[in-house]
Amino acid sequence: MSLPGISLLADTPASFWFPPKASTFAEETDALYMIILWISIIFFVGIVVAMVVFVAKFRRRPGYQGDSRALHNNALEITWTVIPTIIVCFIFARGVEGYMDMMTPPPNTLDINVTASKWNWAFQYPNGAVSDQLHVPIDQPVRLRMRSEDVLHAFYVPAFRAKTDVVPGRVNILWFEPILEGSYDLFCAEYCGDQHSEMIKRQGVVVHKLEEYEAWVANAAKPPVNPVAHGFWLYKRHGCIACHSVTDGKRIVGPPFGKTYGKTFKNTKGQTVTFDEQYIQESVLNPQAQMREGYQTASQMPSFLGKLSNEEIVAITSFLQSLQKDEFIAAFEDGDLSDGEKSSLGIEDQPEDAAEAEPASSDQQ
Amino acid sequence: MSNSTRSVWGWLTTYVFARDHKIIGLQFLFSTMLWFLVGGMLAMAIRWQLAWPWQNMPIVGPMLFSGEGGQISPEFYTSLVTQHATVMIFFVIIPILTAAFGNYLIPLMIGAEDMAFPTLNMMSYWMMWPAFLLIGFSFFVPPYGAGAGWTSYPPLSVLVESSPGSGLAQTLWLGGVACVGVASMMGSVNYLTTIIQMRAPGMTFLRMPMTVWGLFITAILQAFALPVLTAGAVMQLTDRLLGTGFYLPELASANNSPAVSGGGQPLLWQHLFWFYSHPAVYIMILPAMGMVSDIIATFSRKPLFGYKPMVLATCTIAGLGFVVWGHHMYTSGMSPVLGITFAAATVAIAIPSAVKVFNWLGTMWGGKIQFSSPMLFAIGFVSMFIIGGLSGILMASTPVDVVIHDTYYIVAHFHYVLVGAATMGIFAGTYFWFPKMFGRQMSEFWGKAHFALTFIFINGTFFPMHLLGAGNMPRRYADPYHFELFADMLPLNRFITICALATMASQAIFMLNFLGSIFFGKRVGRNPWNSNTLEWSAPSPPGHGNYDFQPIVHRGPYEYGNPNHPRDFHPQTEPGPEDLTSPLQEVSHES
Repeated sequence: MSLPGISLLADTPASFWFPPKASTFAEETDALYMIILWISIIFFVGIVVAMVVFVAKFRRRPGYQGDSRALHNNALEITWTVIPTIIVCFIFARGVEGYMDMMTPPPNTLDINVTASKWNWAFQYPNGAVSDQLHVPIDQPVRLRMRSEDVLHAFYVPAFRAKTDVVPGRVNILWFEPILEGSYDLFCAEYCGDQHSEMIKRQGVVVHKLEEYEAWVANAAKPPVNPVAHGFWLYKRHGCIACHSVTDGKRIVGPPFGKTYGKTFKNTKGQTVTFDEQYIQESVLNPQAQMREGYQTASQMPSFLGKLSNEEIVAITSFLQSLQKDEFIAAFEDGDLSDGEKSSLGIEDQPEDAAEAEPASSDQQ
Repeated sequence: MSNSTRSVWGWLTTYVFARDHKIIGLQFLFSTMLWFLVGGMLAMAIRWQLAWPWQNMPIVGPMLFSGEGGQISPEFYTSLVTQHATVMIFFVIIPILTAAFGNYLIPLMIGAEDMAFPTLNMMSYWMMWPAFLLIGFSFFVPPYGAGAGWTSYPPLSVLVESSPGSGLAQTLWLGGVACVGVASMMGSVNYLTTIIQMRAPGMTFLRMPMTVWGLFITAILQAFALPVLTAGAVMQLTDRLLGTGFYLPELASANNSPAVSGGGQPLLWQHLFWFYSHPAVYIMILPAMGMVSDIIATFSRKPLFGYKPMVLATCTIAGLGFVVWGHHMYTSGMSPVLGITFAAATVAIAIPSAVKVFNWLGTMWGGKIQFSSPMLFAIGFVSMFIIGGLSGILMASTPVDVVIHDTYYIVAHFHYVLVGAATMGIFAGTYFWFPKMFGRQMSEFWGKAHFALTFIFINGTFFPMHLLGAGNMPRRYADPYHFELFADMLPLNRFITICALATMASQAIFMLNFLGSIFFGKRVGRNPWNSNTLEWSAPSPPGHGNYDFQPIVHRGPYEYGNPNHPRDFHPQTEPGPEDLTSPLQEVSHES
């Protein structure tokens, strides 16, 4: 084909149709979608074909008289009013069924609190664990109680066919029951400012088997003891990960952290600043005090005053310092720290009994 | 007063602060066409970013934002989408239909000398200028335009700190929208009074052409819905400037701004906004539907099929249009009882819309169709309105809407309605009434070329957006492609952008044809299309006072192709044997 559009289309497989059916809503919603789509296609083709035929058949030409008597036809007009009426009544009834299902959570839900802020999601589990990824067990109805810290956002997981706005001043409820294990994308669908398109979380929702979920949530509630691992844990828990990458030079919204510690740069006032302990503490507590040149408009970072203890800021500092080394960057880059990575970097916590006898060495910095 | 000051004064009151409805209509037409160009350029910038993200715009980039090397920044992108929608809705489609065509056509088509309130009419045009200036000026306030979206949802639009586009530019934007509200209000009161009070003898309501019906019902929608938006915009201004708390909840804050006492609800704005902005969709489509009905009847040389059901459908669409605004808010967390009510009203709108489409087809049945430029655009209108209308049914069905809400599916849908339908209707109307406005005709050849290119490229631009939507690509994302999920969509987006650029380029043909024909077009008489409606009995262009005789209306507007009549048309003003055994009796004896 010579048309550019056709050849471009051929390069783009996948993703142009529905994502996997990962929740109980998907079956009904997709079915309804397909029903309406087919009704629309039938009507569209019918009307357009009729129009093309009419345009050809009734065009003005020599010797053709036309027939201007067709002005009004009660039977025809009643038919074409009644048939669409029946169809829309059917579509409406099917829609109400699906809608009521989406709006009525069953009684036995797992309740998770969600806080949306620019441009991050925080999920808080019943045992106190907090993460920036939503982990849920399969075949268990989950109810999200969603709040916003600043402006409107919307929680949208296409694989669940679920979307609800997060409105400041309100607690909006969204429920779903995952039926397919795997990781799914989570995005913000309600326009929330200049970095709206960054508020998307690749694999932001993970559906586990029940026992895996329980293990994960128990582990997520415990902060690591090692300061570097603890800093990384806080970096994810408080959503720093949403705007700052650990990769050298990879800008998401704010400055990347990889290979930054100890470097100097210009602030917006033109002064030279060193990225050190003092600077980290100041930036966490008062982010706009020393904004880096080139990040003025991006700097909408919230203050963590009162949200992070001194000990935690120290842990974050250790974590940022560790990012001078490539092996640490490599381990943190995927947003996850496995036990194997911990032990190869020497930042694993000792088992509780061993920790008593021999405190963990801290020479990894 | 000396002679020269008197003549300057005369010139000013004739052509600038004019009270003649035709001059005001043309003022609106030229202003809105200029803004059409601006809105189109903004759309091109959006498409540039979506096809070649963060790359320097060739030629215009360095001129417009040299500071960033001709590159669009994320905050500028948010301003672009906001301004494109604002300009196209408030400065182009609504005023061109209701104010340009409404002003020009209403008095002529009902046989009146002028509007009921000529001075109010003049003020309605000049109230647009504060809006033009405020919003025009906001383009020069960093980040170069308001950035809260054309929906201006709080808190983003109210908390100054919440985003770079929420500063002074947003205040100017709100001021501009409030002025547009006042201007349209003045216009709609005028149209209503004129249509109710000033019809020529014999012009009963059921002898009015569909264009006038469309504009009449639209004026009712505007008169009752628009004050709500105007008041809402003023409330947002006082929230921003005087510290009131209509839209901000307790302790609202963004980006470390001091928490405000609030006490309001962000959802209040959404209700007020959509209470106007959903009827606004019908404000943007009903006049075009009316114009297209008249054009299809004229060029099919046949009476409009089912005139009374057509009028009834227009009224039903408008009535239902008032109670469907909540379908924009299915995901906002509102009560499901309310949601179901809105869903019922929304699916019901499909019925009168379907009736209209069937009636247009019925009009063509058995006609002698002439493929003039206005007719081609009218056929284009019908075919694309079907796509926009049918995709709307998906949105009316709540569970499906939950999935596609705020994705490109929505973008595809409303562009089919607003560009595919309303804009095609505007072009159809422009080609059709141009001879009346300027006494000359636009080139038919270039009109057809304009139609063919526009029709192809509009579909190339907007149809693939359905696919993006089915793949869940969200709206208002400055750069979706660095996520693997959307990386595949880049080539399709490039194709869309190429079609959009071609659509824009095709409009050069229209502009040249339009401007050239004003001076060099073929001169025509009163009734170049052999049309029946009243305005074609007046001189082209009509002088002050419109008619050089007292128009008396003898019949309905659609008496085409009567086999018992020597000609295939029978103008409304022409006295004639009332007892012709006509198959059109039902129409002609209406009173």
